[in-house]
Amino acid sequence: MMNARLLKQRFMQHLDPVLLIALGGFALVSLVLLYSASDGSWMRVLSQAGNIVVAFGAMWIVANMPLHWLMRLAVPMYVLGMILLLLVMTPLGVTSHGATRWLNIGLATIQPSELMKIAVPLMMAWYFEKHEATLKLRNYFIATILLLVPVALIAKQPDLGTSILIGASGFYVLFLAGLSWRIMIGSALAAAASAPFLWSMLHDYQRHRIMMLFDPSQDALGKGYHTIQGMIAVGSGGILGKGYLNGTQTHLDFLPERTTDFIFAVWSEEFGLIGNMLLLGLYIFVIGRGFIITANASTYFTRLMAGSITLTFFTYTFVNMGMVSGILPVVGVPLPLISYGGTSMLTLMLGFGILMSIHTHKKLVKT
Amino acid sequence: MNRYVELKNHQREIYYFRLRLVLSLGFVAVMLLILLLRFFYLQVIRHDYFHTMADSNRIYVVPIVPNRGLILDRNGVVMAKNYSGYTLEIAPTKVKDMDGLIAELSRLVEITPKDIKRFKKLLTERQTLETMPLLSQLTDEEVARISAQQYRFPGVEIKARLFREYPYTDVTSHLIGYVGRINQKDIDQLEEDDAASNYLGSDYIGKTGIEQSYEKDLHGKTGFEQVEVDASGRAVRVLSRTAPKSGNNLMLTLDAKLQEVAEKAFGDYRGALVALDPTNGEVLAFVSKPGYDPSLFIDGIDTDTWDELNNSPDTPLNNRALRGQYPPGSTIKPFMALAGLYYGTRSPTHGISDPGYYMLPGSRHQYRDWKVGGHGSVDMFKSIVVSCDTYYYGLANELGIDNMHSYLSRFGFGQKTGLDMEGEVSGLLPSPEWKAKRYNQIWYPGDTVSAGIGQGYNLVTPVQLAFATAILANDGVAFQPHLVKEVQPPSGGGVPTVIKRLFDLKIDPANLKLVKSAMEAVTKPGGTASVASYGAPYRIAGKTGTAQVIAIKQGEKYDAKKISEYNRDHAWFIAFAPADKPRIAMAVLVENGGHGGTTAAPIARKVMDYYLLGKIPQPLQKVTDKTGDASD
Repeated sequence: MMNARLLKQRFMQHLDPVLLIALGGFALVSLVLLYSASDGSWMRVLSQAGNIVVAFGAMWIVANMPLHWLMRLAVPMYVLGMILLLLVMTPLGVTSHGATRWLNIGLATIQPSELMKIAVPLMMAWYFEKHEATLKLRNYFIATILLLVPVALIAKQPDLGTSILIGASGFYVLFLAGLSWRIMIGSALAAAASAPFLWSMLHDYQRHRIMMLFDPSQDALGKGYHTIQGMIAVGSGGILGKGYLNGTQTHLDFLPERTTDFIFAVWSEEFGLIGNMLLLGLYIFVIGRGFIITANASTYFTRLMAGSITLTFFTYTFVNMGMVSGILPVVGVPLPLISYGGTSMLTLMLGFGILMSIHTHKKLVKT
Repeated sequence: MNRYVELKNHQREIYYFRLRLVLSLGFVAVMLLILLLRFFYLQVIRHDYFHTMADSNRIYVVPIVPNRGLILDRNGVVMAKNYSGYTLEIAPTKVKDMDGLIAELSRLVEITPKDIKRFKKLLTERQTLETMPLLSQLTDEEVARISAQQYRFPGVEIKARLFREYPYTDVTSHLIGYVGRINQKDIDQLEEDDAASNYLGSDYIGKTGIEQSYEKDLHGKTGFEQVEVDASGRAVRVLSRTAPKSGNNLMLTLDAKLQEVAEKAFGDYRGALVALDPTNGEVLAFVSKPGYDPSLFIDGIDTDTWDELNNSPDTPLNNRALRGQYPPGSTIKPFMALAGLYYGTRSPTHGISDPGYYMLPGSRHQYRDWKVGGHGSVDMFKSIVVSCDTYYYGLANELGIDNMHSYLSRFGFGQKTGLDMEGEVSGLLPSPEWKAKRYNQIWYPGDTVSAGIGQGYNLVTPVQLAFATAILANDGVAFQPHLVKEVQPPSGGGVPTVIKRLFDLKIDPANLKLVKSAMEAVTKPGGTASVASYGAPYRIAGKTGTAQVIAIKQGEKYDAKKISEYNRDHAWFIAFAPADKPRIAMAVLVENGGHGGTTAAPIARKVMDYYLLGKIPQPLQKVTDKTGDASD
């Protein structure tokens, strides 16, 4: 008896019950929604359940890791990630749908950019922690280089969605680390000035996707099809939605990628504005919890890391929902914790593992 | 000290960090608010629009083609019906190599070069997404053979369709007409008539004859099915259904058997026959020879067959009864006689002495009578019986063209009869005004003289002449000629065509009696059509006529043997019976038949025998050696 209780206590020791409940809620929503989105395919639901179990397990492991372990991992992870990203560019890279994002390591194909989602903010937070006492402009510059090199490599694959998310996560670190307003505003102006140049750097399909944002009807059966069908699904859902399993856009195949990037359109169509507000509430709950953990984080490193993870999670959510509802271009970002797929689920849950670790290990860490 | 500063720095650092965190929180809140507003915009403000978009995504409206109405004769005999059959159809847009595909298919089923030509012609006529029939009326075995291999041929489909069938084929070709594939011209017309939506699923439309004229009744109302489809266009379920309304059946005034008798009576002759019931205007028989097989046109005709039909010297596609225009010849004489009596130009007893020709006062030109040497003393009665030309040359000259035009137009000459079949032409009843307009020439007295015997500029259609004959038979009371007796909605009941009494010419009964008795005498020994009533147990009134195809020069004699068959005179015969109480009136035209009494009158007799006695005659053999003796 005593043992079981102790075991439970040890098991739960480094988990944050508040976050855990919310994450459990997401797991439930994901499975229920996936059943509808896949037209009642239990295969999909079971497979996603497997993804969730693995991701929760990974989260538990990371949550139980002392923070200095995590800090010690920062440099090796980043270096490994960079090597893998460069390897993708060699003939070892695997190309699919016109993008070279994967690496064949014999057993499976992996996507190095996913690793960088954790490795980049980790590296930057570690770097700022290391130079905390003597922070100079030079340090911000170096941190920016640490960020922009992998972002550029990933954008070149091309994988606009992932590079935007990593860029955002790195920017959040810079912002929270106190990057001066003058530099931020100056860079923003510089970026605006160089926009035409950046535009010329983009791939045709990326330009099309951005163009489509302004007028998706331009190419209703081609590039704009995703956006238009997504908007139709969301809009036709109305206030109350069409009801679970009753979405016509979903169940008559009009909605593309409805188990992955466009799963939010399924939710929106079947549960309407009310459902959207409830789901948004769940996201706000998790983000809010993230903010509390960040605010209470005891070290420079943990503050930057927790803040970046929380804001990146928000960015995920915003980009996906914005893309499905037609205010952002289609960039290929899944709905966090809900879209079908193991990799993004795992990365996100690793992030939450870090958050929990930050929250539960602070008493043990000296300031 | 140092420690204190560090602590202070630390607190300041925390302060700045929290400030930035709060700013981040604000940023997050603003962005989430934007999302929420976007949802509100899409799901509340624009909901109706997107709801409609979603519905138009998923709902297809599929037309259901109504069954075309049947065409029946007055006794309920089916003259046009539907049957379902299988067709081999190809969606042209899904096929890249059409010739290759057809070659492949021809290994499975027999495809004749005619089929291919017909199909290629179809392709050029209507460019739509639909499928086009390559073969129709497949056998069960052929269907099985193609179905088994269908996966190899994308764009190839077996469809079950309703086909039109004409059991009496060439016996009724010009009357019933035919349906054919809807072409661009039809679509334009339908759009003009605001009827295009009713033809969304229809493949066929009436092209000629009754099928064309009563298209609106026969077609019916297209039904609709709202079908939910998935993104690939596959039907998932039916949401709602509006049943189609079958077309109305048509009951014709016509008697199929009588029609058959009349057609067969022509034998190999070309010509036309229109028989009316003079008491109500019902068309009893409507013949145009030669006919054609209307089923050739249903799925589009191949070019070879079309050329053959179109270029044949026999012009089988020409509806002679409705559109053939011929000089009435001597069939005009009874009407001329009535005009003479009406205007007092001639009295019944007034006689002339016929030397065999007529000369206008002050002219040396001789208008010859058909009989060399003339008919001697001729009064009005005899003028009709022997068809004396000289009598009518003089009468015409004295009546004047204006009176002639005015009186003859009362019988409908020079005007459409208003028969319920599209494409009728008006013939020609000449007048000085007409000549001035048409040729910019003045009217010569000689024009009047030849018009008096139905030659010159005069042109009538068989329908017109039958109508005029019916008016005469019915003592001047005219009824609207019509082909449809009753329109029968599929729900039952029927709407009979209103019998329209057009006018009463109020002809003096004494005049009528004279002309009618003379016409009766025409069919008796001594008359120009004495064979017509030989042995008939009822009385027949008639008048022969000859329509010249080529003009004979002054001083020459018409010799049928010297001229080619197609240039020989056309033979007319108008008749009604029984003479005392007419139940049938008709006009018979035999093209290049020579003399009305020998070729046209026997045809009329057979029709009357069947109609009045129920007697089925033997078909007439073509007589080519009897036309030599031109008498009229």
